[in-house]
Amino acid sequence: MSAAKPHKPPRVGDTPAVRRTLIGVVLLLGAVLVLAPLVIIFAQAFSLGLQAFAAAIAHPDTLHAIFLTVVTALIAVPINTAFGVAAAWAVTKFDFPGKRLLIVIIEIPFSISPVVAGVAYLFVYGLQGLFGPALASADIKILFALPGIVLASMFVTAPFVARELIPLMQAQGRDLEEAATSLGASGWRTFFSVTLPNVRWALLYGVVLCNARVMGEFGAVSVVSGNVRGQTNTLPLHIELLYHDYQTAGAFAAASILTVLAVVTIIAKVLLERQGAGRRTRVSVAAPTIMSGEPTK
Amino acid sequence: MKRRVLPGLPLALGITLLYVGLIVALPLGALIYKAGTLGFEDYWRIVSSERAVASYRVTALSAAAATAFNLVFGMALAWVLVRYQFPGKRLVDAIVDLPFALPTAVAGIALTTLFAANGWFGAPLAAIGISVAYTPLGIMVAMAFTSLPFIVRTVQPVLEDLDPALEEAAQSLGGSDWTIFRKVILPLLTPALMAGVSLSFARSLGEFGAIIFIAGNQPNQTEITALLTYIRLEEYDYQAAAAIASVLLITAFVMLALTNLLQARALRYTQRS
Repeated sequence: MSAAKPHKPPRVGDTPAVRRTLIGVVLLLGAVLVLAPLVIIFAQAFSLGLQAFAAAIAHPDTLHAIFLTVVTALIAVPINTAFGVAAAWAVTKFDFPGKRLLIVIIEIPFSISPVVAGVAYLFVYGLQGLFGPALASADIKILFALPGIVLASMFVTAPFVARELIPLMQAQGRDLEEAATSLGASGWRTFFSVTLPNVRWALLYGVVLCNARVMGEFGAVSVVSGNVRGQTNTLPLHIELLYHDYQTAGAFAAASILTVLAVVTIIAKVLLERQGAGRRTRVSVAAPTIMSGEPTK
Repeated sequence: MKRRVLPGLPLALGITLLYVGLIVALPLGALIYKAGTLGFEDYWRIVSSERAVASYRVTALSAAAATAFNLVFGMALAWVLVRYQFPGKRLVDAIVDLPFALPTAVAGIALTTLFAANGWFGAPLAAIGISVAYTPLGIMVAMAFTSLPFIVRTVQPVLEDLDPALEEAAQSLGGSDWTIFRKVILPLLTPALMAGVSLSFARSLGEFGAIIFIAGNQPNQTEITALLTYIRLEEYDYQAAAAIASVLLITAFVMLALTNLLQARALRYTQRS
């Protein structure tokens, strides 16, 4: 080729053959592995018709499972959010010894099998656990009841809000808050007028993901709930029960509720990412590495 | 030394320590304590029993296979999403997160129904002699599903930030696409790939909900370690449950340390380039 006209070759892998093959293979595998499960949930849920679907949803046990799931989320998510905000404030606005260790400990529940979390709770509040005998003699029920379900849900979602806020608040620094307090604003005023507006999308992002996980948690809740039909069955546990009862359509009808929740969560996630939330934490699920930008004292 | 002007440390740190202490540290401490009350001999007998060891093997091998699959598929998916334009691309990008958002029990019954011998995929596969549901292959499918987003989401941002000048330089030196991919692009992606692999593998080791529906749960064959823990609980054998759970816990700590190390490396690497 002559050098007169600079000819730029296509980017690596951008020949039509490679492009079409790769897109084709990826879309096919994606359809099999990700899209098909989504489709079959609704196909099975409506397999016996609309009326059977409505009847399955309106069954008292299913309604109670929905109720219990919502109540659990209404308790666990706000507490978890308050914790996440407090942890992010402590870790990003101050320096203290053991800070990195604290961040690692907050991240621990991410790497632990939900079943292990459930078993661990048995050894605290169960009859063979640390406080079990004392709780039993005081007639306080934690395991196999709502408090146990809430506690286990809080364990598995502990890092969700904190890990969205910490990298963002770290990057934003302390200047704005220090300016606000030096001008006489109180701590709360500074938080609500200065910090919160800057992190609101990241906070909401963490809350949305936390809620999805609380409502969908299976392993940990399965260990601590006792699975009593119409009493301590959350929606995921109820799905298992129906499925093993060979009430497939009913199980998928209940599952379709959680699937709608998952789809709504993904839509919310995409919308919040457009506002800049979430991207920062993409590379680092564990926050400590992101802190390396700041010298520790 | 700079004077500390911001208020709220005692309250914020107090709430944080209370929560971490009560919700995270206390139960894990209780579990370790319970496992510790077993003498070393009893502990060893339980965790090295034939059934337990078989469960480690099934779990680790399936997790390794699922991660290997996701390494290739996740890498290809990230590549396609970053480098090509095609209709529906944003939808595909969004739907990659479905395995994180979909409750594991829902994923479990959906995958089982798809891959059962009379299912949409199970029936054609059965016709050529491959059964997925109730075999180790089923465990692998469930693990691959639940950990799919990790590798895509760790590789994607690195691929987006890749400097086109590097490829152009390699092209001007006459390298073929495949050579440039292997010698220039892949080395730059390796730290992110490794971080994604460790996250994906760790998640697969601990997965429970999606697997128990599809696995068949035959002792010594398709029984994962998390399920064995659960079964020991149902048999009221709390000490065995504690011992086996402690093995999962220790593995999780090792994987957490490894992941942190690999992520620190990945981040240093991207910051430098």
